[in-house]
Amino acid sequence: MTAYKVLIADDNSVDRKVLSRVVRNQGNDVIEATNGFEAVDIFTEHRPDIVLMDVMMPGLNGKEATRQIKSIAEEDFIPVIFLTSLSDAQSLADCLESGGDDFLTKPYNHVVLQAKIDSYHRMSEMHRTLLNQRDEIARVNRHMLQEQRVAKAVYDNVAHAGCLTSPNIRYELSPLAVFNGDVLLAARKPGGGMHVLLGDFTGHGLPAAIGAMPMADIFYGMTAKGFGLREVLREINQKLKSILPVGFFCCAAAVDLAPDRQAASVWMGGVPDCYLLRNDGEMIETLSSRHLPLGVMSADKFNDQMTEFPMANGDRLFLWSDGIIEARNSDGEMFGQERLLNVVRDSAHASDVYDDIQRAVDKFVDGSEQDDDTTLIEVVMADALREEKESGVTKAGISQGPRDWSMEYRLEASTLKSFNPVPLMNHIMMEVPGLRAIGGQLYTVVAELFSNAFEHGVLGLQSSMKQSPDGFMEYYRQREKRVAELEEGFVRINMHHTGVGDSGTLTLTLEDSGDGFDYKRHNAGEANGNHYSGRGIPLIESICDSIEYRGKGNEVSVVIQWPLEQAT
Amino acid sequence: MSVRATLAGNGQELVIQVDGRFDFSAHQEFRDAYESASKVRKYIVDLGSATYLDSSALGMLLLLRDHAGGDHSEISITNCNDDVRKILAISNFEQLFTIQ
Repeated sequence: MTAYKVLIADDNSVDRKVLSRVVRNQGNDVIEATNGFEAVDIFTEHRPDIVLMDVMMPGLNGKEATRQIKSIAEEDFIPVIFLTSLSDAQSLADCLESGGDDFLTKPYNHVVLQAKIDSYHRMSEMHRTLLNQRDEIARVNRHMLQEQRVAKAVYDNVAHAGCLTSPNIRYELSPLAVFNGDVLLAARKPGGGMHVLLGDFTGHGLPAAIGAMPMADIFYGMTAKGFGLREVLREINQKLKSILPVGFFCCAAAVDLAPDRQAASVWMGGVPDCYLLRNDGEMIETLSSRHLPLGVMSADKFNDQMTEFPMANGDRLFLWSDGIIEARNSDGEMFGQERLLNVVRDSAHASDVYDDIQRAVDKFVDGSEQDDDTTLIEVVMADALREEKESGVTKAGISQGPRDWSMEYRLEASTLKSFNPVPLMNHIMMEVPGLRAIGGQLYTVVAELFSNAFEHGVLGLQSSMKQSPDGFMEYYRQREKRVAELEEGFVRINMHHTGVGDSGTLTLTLEDSGDGFDYKRHNAGEANGNHYSGRGIPLIESICDSIEYRGKGNEVSVVIQWPLEQAT
Repeated sequence: MSVRATLAGNGQELVIQVDGRFDFSAHQEFRDAYESASKVRKYIVDLGSATYLDSSALGMLLLLRDHAGGDHSEISITNCNDDVRKILAISNFEQLFTIQ
């Protein structure tokens, strides 16, 4: 048994000596004080575990000494047991009221005395443990909050690296915890236009944020490299499926805005119905989830089917997570899809809808505690999106990176069936800082040249088919059929780049296994808009310094000088 | 909220009944319900008395599906009320479960 340090304060020396001997014989260390002042001084110096205090002492009495001792002890628990010969109930109660923890009446019973000392010792041990734990929790909590602040800064850099601040986007993201179960991502495509993704992870806080990190990385990385949204979603799904435990997933709505085609494609998995509002119409078009959330299906079963619809400038798309629909008022009632639809229907104009929804939800919940994140985003189709603004290429950086290089990439039929080389080509070109500044135009050139070589060359499709709406459909039906049946053919891509100082020249040559076409008139400068329009040639001409067809028309070579000299 | 499990069809069918709010608080009970039963081939999740379903309940259903053999599992979700059915439909869970 460990020895307790016991302070005995009693002005009666006989009583004090008797009690000291008893306590000492029981294995404790004893310090004696002969009055109240001495008791306080000795306490300050020796910090005993427990104090036995006579009530009546000259000078400073026991009650006052106790008050001072308790104040010196601060938050430590130092039990004080009063020693008294009084035995009436009121006197004993007074002892406790003045700050004592217990009392012992003279003459002392040795057994009771030891039991009380032991009991109070256990209690102060417990008190000490409690204080330590409290301090530990406070320390850990401070540490955790600090870590969360740092992690949030990292998370924000990754998740909000995109273009959510574009003028065609309005959004609201209300975090429940330091982190947010909802994710909003938006990135400009290198060829103009934009990818937008709204995700709602199961749960909140850390687990949700952990899933959001790779999601944002993949989204921004792949979009910048020119991958289509389907490929991006496929990759995100696969990543989430492999890193999230079973039962955790991400409901999502993803939009591919294509201002050049005045169209948008959406993929929705596990999110509530969203609405499309026309700038000039009253009709509300509803878009519904057709897929399982991201991270549920294995890669081979994932469905990347998107729904495409025309979207003119000024048309608006509204997306939200279930937070808005499940927002509760003080009676626990949910806002619900119906109320939401009514707000949208009652808005005077499409441009008022965003504010009206916010106002209606705020009014409905009226400050009630919410148990889910509420995220809302409005995406407006705008012509301005066509001009990709890739800035940040500095003069100093422009002469760095690969300068003189060339590469050849030949794709055979079996590869052409399912593989799109354009993002990869684009990725290689984007290593040249000077080309990065014209990434958007360059992407268009490569994409056009490749689709010409593949569709008109290898697949032998006639571009003239696309001139009527019916033909357009037929063209794509034929394309699908011919891709499925494709057994032989190739596309050869050659890239050649030379750089001098802060300028350079890129030559792209594409050859295909097709029959070619009558290009002679074109090369002779008799370009006929109608005849060639299907081959996207005017578009290419506007960007390239020269364009030359060779052989039987199955080989094309374009030269691009950077920096571009055209006026903007 | 309460979860009850009963065996039927010669011990090859497990009926799991969830009452009240089917959310994260049912997690342990729901898991115990199917983990304690062996030799079960077919699972029926009876949501007749479930008033609400949240995303963690959807997660629990996916866990059950995984336990029951993933793509080879045979799980029916029965007696859903309109709200519950709507939540299952938004998530397109009919692609993974038989919803009746």
